Amino acid sequence: MPGWPWKNVLALQPNRRSGGKMSNYRIQGATGEWEVVIGLEVHAQVTSEAKLFSSSSTSFGAEPNTQVSLIDAAMPGMLPVPNMECIRQAVRTGLAINAQINKWSRFDRKNYFYADLPQGYQISQLYHPIVGEGELLIEADEKAGLPEDKIIGIERIHVEQDAGKLMHDQHPSMSYVDLNRCGVALMEIVSRPDMTSPAEAGAYLAKLRSILRYVGSCDGNMDQGSMRADVNVSVRRPGEELGTRTETKNVNSVRFVMQVVETEANRQVEVLEDGGRIVQETRLFDPTAGTTRSMRSKEDAHDYRYFPDPDLLPVELDDAFVEACKASLPELPDAKRTRYVETLGLTPYNARELTAEVETFARFETLLSETARALGKDEAKLATQVANWSLSVAPGVLKSLGDEADPANSTAEAQAKILKLQDAGEISGGQAKEIYEIVLKTGRDPEEIAETEGLKQVSDTGAIEAQIDEILRANPEKVEEYRGGKDKLFGFFVGQTMKAMKGKGNPAVVNQILKQKLG
Amino acid sequence: MTDLTELGIKAIREGVKAGDFTAREVAEGFNANVAAAESLNAFITATPDKALDAADRVDADRAAGKELGSMAGVPIGMKDLFASEGVQTSAASHILEGFKPPYESTVSRKLWEAGAGMLGKLNLDQFAMGSSNESSYFGEVVSPWRKQGSDAKLAPGGSSGGSSAAVAARLAPAATGTDTGGSIRQPAAFTGITGIKPTYGRCSRWGIVAFASSLDQAGPMAQDVTDCAIMLEAMAGFDPKDSTSLDMPVPNWEAALSSDLKGKTVGIPKEYRMDGLSADVAKAWDDGIQWLKDAGAEVVEVSLPHTKYALASYYIIAPAEASSNLARYDGVRYGLRDLPEGANLQEMYAATRAAGFGDEVKRRILIGTYVLSAGFYDAYYTQAQKVRTLIQRDFMNAFDQCDVILAPTAPTAAFELGEKTGDPLEMYMGDVFSVPASLAGLPAMSVPSGVNGDGLPLGLQIIGKPFDEQGVLNAGLALEERAGFTAKPQKWW
Amino acid sequence: MSVDKATVAKIASLARINMSEDDLDTLVPEFNNILSFVEQLSEVDVTGVEPMTSVIPNQQRLREDAVNADPLTGGDIRDKVLANAPVAEHGFFGVPKVIE
Repeated sequence: MPGWPWKNVLALQPNRRSGGKMSNYRIQGATGEWEVVIGLEVHAQVTSEAKLFSSSSTSFGAEPNTQVSLIDAAMPGMLPVPNMECIRQAVRTGLAINAQINKWSRFDRKNYFYADLPQGYQISQLYHPIVGEGELLIEADEKAGLPEDKIIGIERIHVEQDAGKLMHDQHPSMSYVDLNRCGVALMEIVSRPDMTSPAEAGAYLAKLRSILRYVGSCDGNMDQGSMRADVNVSVRRPGEELGTRTETKNVNSVRFVMQVVETEANRQVEVLEDGGRIVQETRLFDPTAGTTRSMRSKEDAHDYRYFPDPDLLPVELDDAFVEACKASLPELPDAKRTRYVETLGLTPYNARELTAEVETFARFETLLSETARALGKDEAKLATQVANWSLSVAPGVLKSLGDEADPANSTAEAQAKILKLQDAGEISGGQAKEIYEIVLKTGRDPEEIAETEGLKQVSDTGAIEAQIDEILRANPEKVEEYRGGKDKLFGFFVGQTMKAMKGKGNPAVVNQILKQKLG
Repeated sequence: MTDLTELGIKAIREGVKAGDFTAREVAEGFNANVAAAESLNAFITATPDKALDAADRVDADRAAGKELGSMAGVPIGMKDLFASEGVQTSAASHILEGFKPPYESTVSRKLWEAGAGMLGKLNLDQFAMGSSNESSYFGEVVSPWRKQGSDAKLAPGGSSGGSSAAVAARLAPAATGTDTGGSIRQPAAFTGITGIKPTYGRCSRWGIVAFASSLDQAGPMAQDVTDCAIMLEAMAGFDPKDSTSLDMPVPNWEAALSSDLKGKTVGIPKEYRMDGLSADVAKAWDDGIQWLKDAGAEVVEVSLPHTKYALASYYIIAPAEASSNLARYDGVRYGLRDLPEGANLQEMYAATRAAGFGDEVKRRILIGTYVLSAGFYDAYYTQAQKVRTLIQRDFMNAFDQCDVILAPTAPTAAFELGEKTGDPLEMYMGDVFSVPASLAGLPAMSVPSGVNGDGLPLGLQIIGKPFDEQGVLNAGLALEERAGFTAKPQKWW
Repeated sequence: MSVDKATVAKIASLARINMSEDDLDTLVPEFNNILSFVEQLSEVDVTGVEPMTSVIPNQQRLREDAVNADPLTGGDIRDKVLANAPVAEHGFFGVPKVIE
């Protein structure tokens, strides 16, 4: 950060997988090194049609207070009944992070007064959460500052109600209250304070989001607030006891989480080195300034008077319920990544890229199976080719076209046809891109494009021979030189031939005939 | 022609069905009594038109030859804790003054569906917190009873004091009540009527302003055991909107009523013979024991060793739940808002709640807030819930030896208004016999047994096993038949 | 244990109920009476006793995930939700301006 007398130092350490091991990230203060300790509490909106305790809708963007039931508005005498889907999604999420599922859990009330909280309490789970200890793997990524794989502990997942929303800028002396979000189910996923660098915190959040989206328990839509993190940060001298932490609320992107860790850790170091003390407090992140600031502290903010909600009974899950949740889980990111490397023979890098997002792997797997079907070949044989197409070729073309491209035209069928033409040698890599461009713009059939637009390689030996003969005739001295041992000139003849054929000659055939003729 | 307002549920239902009189005549009679009894202050809101409309529907249905419901033609009083769609539902508080719910409570809806009509909304202790009906924002309810030779105002009991006074004074043949620590049974005992609190979960709590969720139960208050059986049947039943509602069929209690107790065993809890039990109450209890023996029951002594801790446990758990249940009254979405000049949101809350809650409600909210606050939760709340487990265990052990338990409903007859308001704790002590069954979620009923030396009614309490309302009603019927209670308050209002 | 005026004032603030000095003076002794009464619970031996969770043995039912399954538990009732509000404008509840 500009104006600060220290910078972050990244010193690589031996690569070892571990849960609580210190990473290499240190803050160089004026008085020495500081370690950072980070824990994340992620609030993820549970994918469900109706709210956690009422049957009003969870859909986003409705007119204010139209998705509010008598229960959400906390009318006198209203009572909560839990939505099974929310419980099911929490259990599935727990299973996806190898967590202990608590077959006996219970809802508690967290009492505090605020205008977005009509009941005067949030129904949450403090004493007996539905999901206990679990873990999450963040993968090594040297470029991202992650020298090694690392397991981050997850303490618990509990289910709770979201609050409503206040609008402050629509009236000079009033705030407006919209309760549409009030009562929507959230999972609070609480990590262990196992992260020690901004990169780890970012990777944790990204990986968690990926898992939630694989499982389908949260749409992971951070812009709409479907996922947001409370970032707990403290600093300490290496090897010393944990320092006092601050909690920065409602951070809603991976980049912002990393920024919060960095800025907050540096602030704490500055305070401590100036002889100050860190106050345990709640802070807010200002994305524009890139800084955090203290929220107005309330002296009783921490006395939530939790107690079991007497309107609800303990939630008891049977084995069949948990088994059904387990059976419904898809292949998860780590397993998929391993399979891509071990079975499909992809590079670890490609495997990671392809498995990071649900859409990416879904597109890849559809295309791979479509291509395998079209070619009648085994998926493993085509995987690398399809992966390259999916990760670099196709996105490149799409990007270069900008608004001209209609992504809807990019069907697996069309792409498989292009890959088939290429595999059969009928088109070159360059032609594949050109055809894909036309497909994206027009939605036309790739085979038809190849024919009508002349985007096909010439593999007809007669035509190629004729062209080569002409070139050899036009360059007798070069032919002599080549035959005299100047091997490098082979490239020259290839180039000339391809040029003369406007790039449409099948390079394999051209090479073969040239070799024959030059002897 | 008989005075229709002397009739109870069964007599009205059957008279209307037989065509002896119309439902409208009944409703008109009670409407007139309600209008003439303002000095009792039993009603917060009278709804004579609602009573007449319901009666007219019943008369029309009868004329059309349709089958009539189990409460057809019976106008009732509704405790002002049950949400009534479009009618002020105040919980006897200032903070809910003017609140007209856009919904109807499950229990009241079931009663209307059974053919009952609403005479009005009955007064109560504010948010059902109290034992004398003196904490209502709308003024105390005066019992229709007076001590012989005195015109001092007496408490009708609480919290369902409007209900008890209305039934005793024949302003309604029956009324709904709610019971958290005795709020049906104690007022029934004070006014010489009958009231039953069913097993926790029998009646849906949906739409009833909550006091203490783990204890609140609705029930009927009526002239006799049979009427209670009829009305409870209409009120009870599974409600998917209440997580604590019992998902089991409602028995036909009325049809199975029997006062023959041969083969039944009645337990007498020795710990209930405690200091402070008045001599007349002790005598009534002994009478009750004899009556149940006469009805064929065997009587055994049982022990409920944790009885002495019930009140302390209750006065932690109920205020704790209440402190949270009443947090929603904040001046934002309904009810009173007190916004002093320049006040911010939190200041608005504090001003609204200071202006909107009465002293007893504030006292309990603060006690509840304190016992849940950081550092005290385990010592108070967790300990109280453990003791509650022990109290329930006591009952289950006792029920190994007996089918029902007989005890007094309250340690004394009705006291004078103002007599106990100076000392909250003394008021709480009056709940000593009613609170244990509430803590254990058990069905319990109060049946009038006679009058004391001052001519005031006394009640006996039958406590039953979970789900055994039938056993409670049958033992109650046996008491009722032998007690021959016919005393009525002399009309002075 | 007995509480002082400052403690009761703090509890009142936590419960969002304004209390005057006079209110507090009345309340403190009442509060202490009640507390000293309930403190007899500490003498009960509760070794091995679980705190009560549901008074009648019963387990939580879970409902189906259906929008507006019952008009009494569903949305699309803004008029009803706002009908009793002290201040409602443009479909919102109004409260004194909050500075976060």
